[in-house]
Amino acid sequence: MRKFSAAAVVGMVLVTMATGSCAQDVTGAGATFPAPLYAKWADAYNKATGAKINYQSVGSGAGLRQIRGKTVDFGASDMPLADAELAKDGLVQFPTVIGGVVPVINVRGILPGQLRLTGQVLGDIYLTKIKRWNDPALVALNPGVALPDAAIAVVRRADGAGTTFIFSNYLSKTHPEWKSKVGEGTALDWPGGIGGKGNEGVAQNVQRLPNSIGYVEYSYAKSTRMTHVQMRNAAGNFVQPDDLTFRAAAAAAAWDKSFFQILTEQPGKDAWPITGATFILMHTRQDKPAAASASLKFFDWALANGDKMATELEYVPLPDAVKAIVRKSWAQIQDGTGKPIPTR
Amino acid sequence: MSAERQRRVPWADGAFAIAAHAAAWLTLALLAGIILSLVVGAWPAIREYGVSFLWRSDWDPVEEKFGGLVMIYGTLATSAIALMIAVPVSFGIALFLTELAPGWLRRPLGVAVELLAAVPSIVYGMWGLLVFGPILATWVQEPMQRWFGEWPVIGGLVSGAPVGIGILSAGIILAIMIIPFIAAVMRDVFETTPAMLKESAYGLGSTTWEVVWKIVLPYTKTGVIGAVMLGLGRALGETMAVTFVIGNFNQLDTLSLFEAANSITSALANEFAEAAPGLHQASLIYLGLILFFITFVVLGCSKLLLASLKKNEGSKT
Repeated sequence: MRKFSAAAVVGMVLVTMATGSCAQDVTGAGATFPAPLYAKWADAYNKATGAKINYQSVGSGAGLRQIRGKTVDFGASDMPLADAELAKDGLVQFPTVIGGVVPVINVRGILPGQLRLTGQVLGDIYLTKIKRWNDPALVALNPGVALPDAAIAVVRRADGAGTTFIFSNYLSKTHPEWKSKVGEGTALDWPGGIGGKGNEGVAQNVQRLPNSIGYVEYSYAKSTRMTHVQMRNAAGNFVQPDDLTFRAAAAAAAWDKSFFQILTEQPGKDAWPITGATFILMHTRQDKPAAASASLKFFDWALANGDKMATELEYVPLPDAVKAIVRKSWAQIQDGTGKPIPTR
Repeated sequence: MSAERQRRVPWADGAFAIAAHAAAWLTLALLAGIILSLVVGAWPAIREYGVSFLWRSDWDPVEEKFGGLVMIYGTLATSAIALMIAVPVSFGIALFLTELAPGWLRRPLGVAVELLAAVPSIVYGMWGLLVFGPILATWVQEPMQRWFGEWPVIGGLVSGAPVGIGILSAGIILAIMIIPFIAAVMRDVFETTPAMLKESAYGLGSTTWEVVWKIVLPYTKTGVIGAVMLGLGRALGETMAVTFVIGNFNQLDTLSLFEAANSITSALANEFAEAAPGLHQASLIYLGLILFFITFVVLGCSKLLLASLKKNEGSKT
């Protein structure tokens, strides 16, 4: 027995040394929205190459803090940083996948994708100016839909969230009063409503409360089979949330100029108006080139091989043109001597 | 034998004394360290708002304006409701278990109460949100709105959309959570009353109630107050269950018991991970410092209460 375990230990050490010599462990932290996907990518990458990627889904704000403090090799955030802010901290950002925020409702008799909303009406509901489902503004948008004479129970996120940022950014673009009274951010001074913790907290409240409305990530709405709505986009068309309309929103953005792209209310006749990308943040000047190289190799692999996994989890992969721009942007990430970090 | 052992390890007594001292001092050092780090973390908010943080009611992360009144009120109100419900019920449980219950029932019931204390708080939260909330909305709030909706004060207390979430739900869930703690400790201290005292009182013709009220309770008051404080401490600090049922809405426009509100612990749990460094984070830490202070005051008050009770001991009641 002792002989056996000693042999096992020696074997383990040899294996670790063998893989350790060619692969570097990488740690990242940040947004919760892409966490399931990053975990799946990391697992598949580990099987393919033996390299280990640890991703801690601690939230966008905490991820930002950690990458600024250089305690992780990459940070992740649902809220892009402005170019000036990136330059100040010596960071670069690049998108990985696209997702959408979807208003979901629980009203008896209304089918998924049946109710139509605009930014104006959605803003009025969240400002608690529209209080009942049979409000004239809702009836005018939805001829032929049997809207009940019932109070609207508003549900929203209680915790700070990239989802809330995308949602409030959209309302700020489409609703002037929302912009002046509430504004945009990961946490807000909400005019009303019940706060749920996390996407699951909002989903639980909406499913439990009759005549309620909330907003969740698309992947979450899809997996819990909640009743989503149609939204009117910037082109004036009513669109359903799905990968096609998210892709349409992402296609219109000027990715070649800057990755600071907020994909809400994009032009394009099929674009879903409450779309957002999720981002990775890394330092431009790397103290640990080996770890940076391992991180970039992982993302290079994920961009090349990860689309199917992303689609399975209801995320939308980046268009190929955007992927090329992302790969080009990695030239900014350099080691101490100013040489670009190898990414292959 | 003992002398021999002492000779063998002459330094053992000294070492043990030092270890015990070190353990005691370590707690004090930890306490000081926690206070210090809270003050340092909260410093930007303390400098910005000072004491006015306590009565400012706005909480706007976008405009970076913060005040703690809503959360402080929520924490105090839910804990007060919890105590109002839990203390009489726990007293009843302890009284029943020590004085009234037949012998075969005491052990199983006592174990059941203790088991309730072991249920994780998130389970109470889920149950409160999914099961208890709807019941409260349909069977309590809606009838009360129908009956008292137009009355001046009570109408205000029951107003709001019937969603079953808010101060009252949080208070009741907290009460359910702290009852096992208070009841278990009360039962234990009630059992310490010497049988001779009780039997003497019964012998003089006292009823069970008189025995409990005039003999058991005065004899065990330190332990009873300790039990209540243990429950209150837990109610003030409870996070997960409250987050589920309080609604997390920063408002004080209405004092309705059925309106969504917020508590200190719930705000911390929800916002800390995503709070931007700066005033938002500092304000959250400031809230933590205030919660620390509240528990400190509660503890101090209980000590004062005990001291004044002791002073009156022996005087005629």
